[in-house]
Amino acid sequence: MKEEFKIIASSIQKNKSVLDVGCGDGELMKFIYENLSEKIRGLEISKENVQKCIQKGLTVIEGNAEIDLQQFPSNSFDYVILSQTLQAFLYPEKVISDLLRIGKTSIVTIPNFGFWKVRLNLLFSGTMPVTKTLPNEWYNTPNLHMCSIKDFVNFCNKRKINLFKSLALTNNKVSSINKFNLNLKNLTSELGIFLIEK
Amino acid sequence: MNKFDNIKKIIINKSLKLDCGVTISNYPLAYETYGNLNQNKDNAIMVFHALTGDQFASGKNPVTSKDGWWSYVIGPDKALDTNKYFIICANVIGGCMGSYGPSSVDEKSGKKIGINFPVITINDMVNAQINLLDHFNIKKLLCVTGGSMGGMQVLQFVASYPDKSKIAIPIACSASHSAQNIAFNELGRQAIMADENWKNGNYELENISPSKGLSVARMAAHITYLSKKGLQEKFGRKLQERDKIKFGFDADFQIESYLRYQGSIFVDRFDANSYLYITRAMDYFDLAKNFDGNLSKVFKNSKTKFLIISFTSDWLYPTAENREIVIALNALNADVGFLEVKSDKGHDSFLLDIPDFLNAMKNFVDNSHKK
Repeated sequence: MKEEFKIIASSIQKNKSVLDVGCGDGELMKFIYENLSEKIRGLEISKENVQKCIQKGLTVIEGNAEIDLQQFPSNSFDYVILSQTLQAFLYPEKVISDLLRIGKTSIVTIPNFGFWKVRLNLLFSGTMPVTKTLPNEWYNTPNLHMCSIKDFVNFCNKRKINLFKSLALTNNKVSSINKFNLNLKNLTSELGIFLIEK
Repeated sequence: MNKFDNIKKIIINKSLKLDCGVTISNYPLAYETYGNLNQNKDNAIMVFHALTGDQFASGKNPVTSKDGWWSYVIGPDKALDTNKYFIICANVIGGCMGSYGPSSVDEKSGKKIGINFPVITINDMVNAQINLLDHFNIKKLLCVTGGSMGGMQVLQFVASYPDKSKIAIPIACSASHSAQNIAFNELGRQAIMADENWKNGNYELENISPSKGLSVARMAAHITYLSKKGLQEKFGRKLQERDKIKFGFDADFQIESYLRYQGSIFVDRFDANSYLYITRAMDYFDLAKNFDGNLSKVFKNSKTKFLIISFTSDWLYPTAENREIVIALNALNADVGFLEVKSDKGHDSFLLDIPDFLNAMKNFVDNSHKK
């Protein structure tokens, strides 16, 4: 299992209820189901992935987070996970507010557009960055709203969202982000992992 | 010998008060089973049939000599694996394959009941079939499932008996029959009643049958079970055994010939009055009606795990209507999964060999049985 999922899983307490938004083929869900909590559900847009989840014995609803999160009652899950999907939404702000409404704690991860390789890529090639975490060309990327770690932190501050834990991931190494190292982490990290509450 | 003599049935002594107020007792319920009930009696699956289905869900139907309507789903190693599970399917009351219905004979008069049969509901159908659990001494089913009207019975079953099934798979159905669907059913009924042989429902007394009306009803309904794309691909404007149009009202087009054929074979196996009663039961189906229109309240006490399945090209019971059930269950934080299967085959998809549908069903049932 990839490092990002291990970090997410380690942030979840046993036997708590979890909703994985954009759960993909259910890899993380399955790990949580087997090791942490059987009270886990998924929401996934791809029919193929929904099939894979059912095959794994997981409960998944086929749907689009931007439309179907509305139907989930407020405070109905202890945790809501959104792994590397925020940038693909038409209205990320709306999705974040739904996450905060549904979950007591939300775990959001983003590919960091402030990562130095991304910056250099644009600086030297003059074309939209293509990297390991951002493998698509500008014309076929599902990513509509890229942001950097710093953008996300600023967003939380501006919206008065309680961002109580921020982690950075590079080359499978985890480190904490705080207000003193934010600019550095924004440059050196591939991925940001954030725990937020209302 | 009557063609129904060799089919399995139980006589239900326990009286049943129907929603219309009439009480019935000592009535027959015809059923079929597949696979074997295990010692713990925890491998039983109850399958509910659709409007024109019957208890012969798999294998050969002994009356029509055709394959069972859910042969793709039920059988050894199939989605509902008869090597593992005990499958029970009953003919609904109101039906015409041996269960109590308009073509049953009234003991007092010795005549067929016909139009004097009480109007029944989906709830009545389920309340009759629940008696099979006692018959087989099953405390709790592993699964209840069915498509279309079968799916409505699944929803009704879980609503009425929240602890009687571990899982439920309602397929291509709705919790409330739409105006469009009532309209199509009314069209079918009017076609039957407009046939001069219907005789106000008493055609059996004269040994005749409103076959033309029933056939038209079936033709109209059959169109609603398919999709525009499916029809276009299969038939297009192809002509029936001719090179050019004949400037008449004979079946020039293959689609016309196909529909006429579907109508003609249907009347051999189905009773016109049953068609009236069962379509009426579907029209009356509105699960949330007694719960202030709040579908969530219907399932409030249920611990049943759901997988709801719809099909992309089904315009009779479209995805949106299936999703309403998902939303209602979700609002309760119930264990509900949902899958919309891609298919061009319209509402009939639930009867067909569609791997994504069959695999999802198999995986869901097998995984739930293990746990």
